[in-house]
Amino acid sequence: MNKKHIYFLAAFLTVLSIGLFAYKAEVLGFPVRPQQQTEIWNIEAAVRFRPGPAAVKATLRIPSLTPGFSLLDENFISRGFGVTTSSSPAGREAQWSAREASGTQTMYYRAIVYRDPMRLAEDTTPPFPTPPELDEPSRVALEALIAEARRQSADVASFTIQLLRRINQGDQDPYVRVFLKHGESQADRAQLATIFLAGAQIPARVAHGVFLRSAPGAVQPESILEVHDGVQWLYFNPRTLQQGLPPDFFIWWRGEYPIAEVDGGHDLDVTLAVQGNLMPAMVVAERRAEAAGSHAVDFSLFALPIATQAVYSVLLMIPVGALVIVVLRNFVGVKTFGTFMPVLIALAFRETRLVWGIMLFAIIVSLGLLIRFYLEKLRLLLVPRLTCVLTVVVLLMVAVSVLSQKLGLQPGLSLALFPIVIIAMTIERMSIVWEERGASEAIQEGVGSLIVAALAYVVMGINWLEHLVFVFPELLLLVIVATLLAGRYTGYRLLELHRFKGVLPEVPR
Amino acid sequence: MRLSFGRARQLADEGVLGLNKRNGDYILRFNARSRYPLVDDKLRTKQLALAANLAVPPLYGVIRTHHDIRLLPEIVRDHPQFVLKPAHGSGGDGIVVIAGRSGSRYRTISGALLDAGELAHYLSNAINGQFSLGGIQDVVIVEYMVKFSPVFESLSYQGVPDVRIIVFRGYPIMAMVRLPTRISGGKANLHQGAVGAGIDLSSGRTLDGVLGTEVITHHPDTTNPIAGVRVPAWDTILDIAARCYELTGLGYIGVDIVLDRDRGPLILELNARPGLAIQIANRQGLLRRLQICEQRADFDAPAAERVAFARREFAHPVRGAA
Repeated sequence: MNKKHIYFLAAFLTVLSIGLFAYKAEVLGFPVRPQQQTEIWNIEAAVRFRPGPAAVKATLRIPSLTPGFSLLDENFISRGFGVTTSSSPAGREAQWSAREASGTQTMYYRAIVYRDPMRLAEDTTPPFPTPPELDEPSRVALEALIAEARRQSADVASFTIQLLRRINQGDQDPYVRVFLKHGESQADRAQLATIFLAGAQIPARVAHGVFLRSAPGAVQPESILEVHDGVQWLYFNPRTLQQGLPPDFFIWWRGEYPIAEVDGGHDLDVTLAVQGNLMPAMVVAERRAEAAGSHAVDFSLFALPIATQAVYSVLLMIPVGALVIVVLRNFVGVKTFGTFMPVLIALAFRETRLVWGIMLFAIIVSLGLLIRFYLEKLRLLLVPRLTCVLTVVVLLMVAVSVLSQKLGLQPGLSLALFPIVIIAMTIERMSIVWEERGASEAIQEGVGSLIVAALAYVVMGINWLEHLVFVFPELLLLVIVATLLAGRYTGYRLLELHRFKGVLPEVPR
Repeated sequence: MRLSFGRARQLADEGVLGLNKRNGDYILRFNARSRYPLVDDKLRTKQLALAANLAVPPLYGVIRTHHDIRLLPEIVRDHPQFVLKPAHGSGGDGIVVIAGRSGSRYRTISGALLDAGELAHYLSNAINGQFSLGGIQDVVIVEYMVKFSPVFESLSYQGVPDVRIIVFRGYPIMAMVRLPTRISGGKANLHQGAVGAGIDLSSGRTLDGVLGTEVITHHPDTTNPIAGVRVPAWDTILDIAARCYELTGLGYIGVDIVLDRDRGPLILELNARPGLAIQIANRQGLLRRLQICEQRADFDAPAAERVAFARREFAHPVRGAA
C-alpha cells in the first residue's frame, strides 16, 4: 500500500508538472530554449491631411479580428488631438479630433503583431443578408446569374468561385455587364461579389489587409472576399480565385468603407508600412498571457523585480544540485562532509569557475586545518574555537583576495561568495574526523565532497536547465518525483558492489 | 527495484544487505524514531539495562556540566582505572580509557599521560558536544574499566575486543567479534582498522577475519590464527542480546557486548543503525537470515526460545531462503 501510494503520488506530480509545462510552452508560448526569438511585425498607418478652419475629426479603421495573428501592443501618436477607439461595423476604429488645427497633420497608429495559429475569425455566424435593392433589369440579370452559377456549382465555395470567374470576365459576361458601373479594382470586384452573394442569401463581406513582409517599407492594402458557408468563413482572392487565407495576409479592416476618413479636412492620405522583427520569446509570451487574461505570468517569477529574479534563478537550481547529491550518495555511495555542503560549495563555484574554485577551496581548507590543529593545542572550548576558526577563514579569504589582486589574478576576488560558515564547519568536522578516524578517512571525505561539489556545479551550470527551471518552476515537481522514487530505492549502491565483494565465495574474473 | 548487472546479481544471490535496503526496509520499518534516544544516549541505555537486570559496566558517576568537572577526582577516588564516555558519542568517538595514575597524572590505556588540565579540556569539549552527532550538549559517563577476558588476549592489540550481535525483532541473527589492532589505536571499530571476525551463532566459535575488505586468517599484530576461538558464555551473550529487544522496542539493532574477566558479558552499547561490515566478517549476507526470521520466526516467543531458534537456524554457513 505504501509503495502504491508513492507511485500514485509520483504519477500525479508528474502529470501536474508536465501538464503545466505543456500549457505554458504550447499555449502561452513560453520559450523552452534560452534566447529563443519570436517573429513579430511592426505595422504602422500614417494618416495625413490638411485641416479646414473648423473642428476636425479623422477616423482610422484599426485591426480587430485578425485570423492567424494577434496584437501584442498598439499605440496612437498625434499632436494636439484627442483620441478614442470604438467598435464599428468595419471592426474597430480610432478617432482623432481637435477643435482647430493648422498645417498638415500626421497621426500614427502603430501596433506589434505576432503569428498566433490559435486565433481564428471567432465572430458569430452572421445573419442571412437582406437581398440587394435593384432596379428591374438588374434584378432579372442577378437572378439569371445566380441560377446559372448555382447550376455549375456544388457548394458555397464552388458557387463563389463561379461568381468571381464571371465577374473577372467583365464585359464579356452578359449578366455581369449590367453591374460593371461599380469599378474595376480588386476591392470593387469583391464588393460586387458580396452583392451577388447577398442575392443568393449567402453572407459575405470584403476584408482589406496587408501582406506582412520582413523587409521594412510601405505596403498597399489588398482585398479579399470572406464568405460564410454556414459553418466557417472561407476566403477567396477575387482576382486569382485562390481559396484560403494566405499565411502572411493580415486583415486590417472590413466592409466597403475606406481605411480612413476625415471630417473637416481635405487632402487625406494614408500610408501603411510593415517591418518584420525578432523579439525575445519570453517578452512575447508574457504580453500574450497578459492579453489572454491568463494568470500564468502574474504568478510567474517574471512578476518579481529583476534583482529578486536573479536570486531565484540561482535558488531554483539548488534542488537540481541536491538531486545530484541524492544520486551520488544513494546510488553511487560517495561520502561527503555534511549532506548539502557540496551544493553550497557548488554555488560558490559559480562565481569562481570550477578550477579556481577547487584550488581556492583546497587552499582555504588546508590553511584552516593547520590553524585548527594549532588551536587544538590551546585547548579552547568548542564554541569559541569554532568562532575562532570562522574568523580565521574570513581573514584567509581576505588575504587570498588581496594577494590575487596584487598578482593580477582575477578569480581570487570572487572568493567572497564562499559560504564561510560552511567552510568553518567543514574544517572543524574534518579535523575531528582526522583525529578520530585518521588522515586517510578525512582526506577521502574531503575529496569526495569536492568531487560531488564539482559535479553538482557542472549540472547546475547547464544553461538550458537553468532557463527551463526558471521559466517553468513547476518542473521542480519532477525533482520531487525523482526523490520519491529514489527514496524507495533499496538496491545496492555502486561502491557497495566493491565493498562487499569479500562476501562472495570467489570473485569471478 | 534492483540493478541487474553482474556483481549486483551475485551479491543479491548471496543475500547481501545494502545500505539503502537496510535503511528503507529495516531501520525505517522496525525502528520507531521515538525510541532512538534510548540507544543514542548511552546513559539512558545503561539505566534501562540496569532496570531490566541486564549486566552493564558499573556506573561511577556522570559529569553533566562544566561545574561537575571538578568532581571527577572525587568520583574516581576509589577507582584507579575507569572509562570516560560521552553519552552521545558515535562509533566509539571520544572514549578515554584511564588505566592508572602516575603521580597526579592519569595514564591512558595507550600509555599517554594526561594532567588534570588536559582531562578537564577533554571533558569540557565532550560536554559541549564535540563528539556527539550534530554537536548537541552532552554528558560524560564515568564507568568501570572492563578487564577483558583472556580469551581474546592472543587476538588483540591493546584495547577491548567486543562482540557485535545484530538482533532482528528479538532474534540474534549474526555476530562478530571486533579485535583492536595497532592501526585502530586499540579501538574496536572496523572503519578505524580493527579486525572483524564472524562468529558461528550455533557454536560460538570464531570464523576467519576481515581487515577493511580483505579476508585475513591471522591477526596482523599478534599473528595468531583468528578462526576457531570459542567465545565463552556464548549462551549468556545471546540471551542478553535477545533481551535487548524488549529493552528498547527497536526491531533492528546492533548489540555490543564485552567480556569482562570478573563480571562476564556486559552490554557496552546498543546501536539503532548498525553497520553492514558484519556481513564481510561473516562472509555472508544478512538478508537470507532476515528472511528466514520473517518467514518462520514467532515474534512473540520468549527470549530463551528465540536464542534456541537462532542457534538452530543460523549455524554457519546458513543456506536456503534469499
